[in-house]
Amino acid sequence: MKKSWWKVLCFVLLLYTCTMGFLVKIPVLDGRLQQSIRNLYFHVPMWFCMQTLFIISVIYSILHLRKQDLKSDMYAVEFARTGLVFGVLGITTGAIWANYQWGAPWSGDAKQNGAAIALLIYFAYFILRGSFQDADKKANISAVYNIFAFAMLFPTLWILPRMTESLHPGGQGSEGNPALNGSDLAPSMRMVFWPAVFGWILLGVWITTLRIRLQKIKEQHALY
Amino acid sequence: MASYKNINTLLKKDLLLEVRQQYTLYGILLYVASTIFIVYLSMGQPESVVWNGLFWVVQLFVCVNAMAKSFLQESRGRMLYYYTISGATDYIISKLLFNAILMAVMTIVSILIFLLLLGNPIYYFGQFILISLLGGFGLSLVFTFLAAIAAKAQQQAALMAIMGFPLIIPQLLLLGKAARQAFEPVVQAGFSQMILLLVCLDSLIIVLAIILFPFLWRD
Repeated sequence: MKKSWWKVLCFVLLLYTCTMGFLVKIPVLDGRLQQSIRNLYFHVPMWFCMQTLFIISVIYSILHLRKQDLKSDMYAVEFARTGLVFGVLGITTGAIWANYQWGAPWSGDAKQNGAAIALLIYFAYFILRGSFQDADKKANISAVYNIFAFAMLFPTLWILPRMTESLHPGGQGSEGNPALNGSDLAPSMRMVFWPAVFGWILLGVWITTLRIRLQKIKEQHALY
Repeated sequence: MASYKNINTLLKKDLLLEVRQQYTLYGILLYVASTIFIVYLSMGQPESVVWNGLFWVVQLFVCVNAMAKSFLQESRGRMLYYYTISGATDYIISKLLFNAILMAVMTIVSILIFLLLLGNPIYYFGQFILISLLGGFGLSLVFTFLAAIAAKAQQQAALMAIMGFPLIIPQLLLLGKAARQAFEPVVQAGFSQMILLLVCLDSLIIVLAIILFPFLWRD
C-alpha cells in the first residue's frame, strides 16, 4: 500500500477530473467555444502524457545503450507503446473537438500535422523492431533510432509551430506556447486542468508498469 | 578519436569506387532525369509555388535512392576490416562527407533538369542554389544515418522510407518555405531565422550520428 500511493492519487485526480471537469463553472466568452472547452481536460493532457512517456522511453533507450541490458530496452518499448496510445487518443479527441469548433475534423493545422508526424515516427519504431530476429541487435538498433528520432522530432515540434499561423493557441502572432495559452485560462478551469494533467500522466505510467509486469511474466514462462 | 588522415583515405576510397563503378552513379543520374521527366509529363510547366513543392519532393526521392546503397556495398567482412583499421567515428564522418558531395552533385543536376523541362520561375537564382545545397546537405545527413540503421535490418528500402519520411517532413517544410523567398522580389520576415534553424538541425544530426553510430557497429 505504501508503494502504491501514486496509484491512489491517480484514481482520485481522475475521479476529480471526470466529475469537476463537467461540473465546474466555465466562463462563456463569445459564444464560440461554449461548453466544448471542457474537452481541454481530456484533449490537452493526452499530449502532456504522450510527451512524458516518450521522454521516459528515450531515457531508457540511452540507459540500454550505456549498460547493454535488455530490461531497459523492454522498458523503453513499453513506454513508447503507451505513449503512442495516448497520442492516438489525443489526435482523436482533438478531431472530435475540431469537428464542432473548426467545422472539420482535420484542417491541416500546423499542430495537427506535427502530431501526425510524431505518431508516424513511433509507428516506424515498431516496424523497425519487427524486422529483426536477433534480440540484442533489435534492442541496440531500435534504441539508436529512438534516440535519433526523438532528438530530431521534438525540437521541431516545439519550434516550428511558433513560426506558422495556427488555429490552436500559440501560433505566429498569438499568445502562448505550442501546447496551450496557460495565462488565458480562467482560475476555476486551472484548478481542474493541472490535476487532470497529472492524473492522466500517472495513468499512463500505471498502464506501462502493468504491461512491463506482463512482459516479465511472459519471459519467465518462455524459459520453461 | 577522429583522425583527418583516416577520414581522408576512406573518402578517397569511396570517390574512387564511384568513379570506377560508374554504373551506380549513372544509375542515380538517370533516376533523377526520369523522375523529373515524369513530373514534367504530368504537370507541364507549373507556377512557382508548385514548381518549388515538386522540386523538394523530387529531391527527397533522389536522396533516399542515392543514400540507400551507401552501406549495402560493404560486406560484413569488409566492415570488420574498416572497423579495425579506422574506427567507427572516422568511418561515419567519411560516409557523411561522401554522401554530402554526392547529394550536392545531384542537387545541381536536378536544378538544371528542372530549369530545362519545367521552366524558370526563379527570381533570385544564387539564393535558390544556396538553399538547395543547404537542403541537399541536410537531407543527405539524415538519410545516410537512416541507411546505416536500415542496413542492419531486412527489407532496407522500405524501412528507409518508413523511418525517414516522417522525420524529414519538418525540415522539408522549412526548406520549401525558405526557398519560396527566391521566387518573388518581396522580402519576407523570418528568413534568417529559418536558415539558422536549418543549420542548427544539420549540426544536431552530425553530432547525433557521430555519437550513435558506434552503437550500430557493435555486433
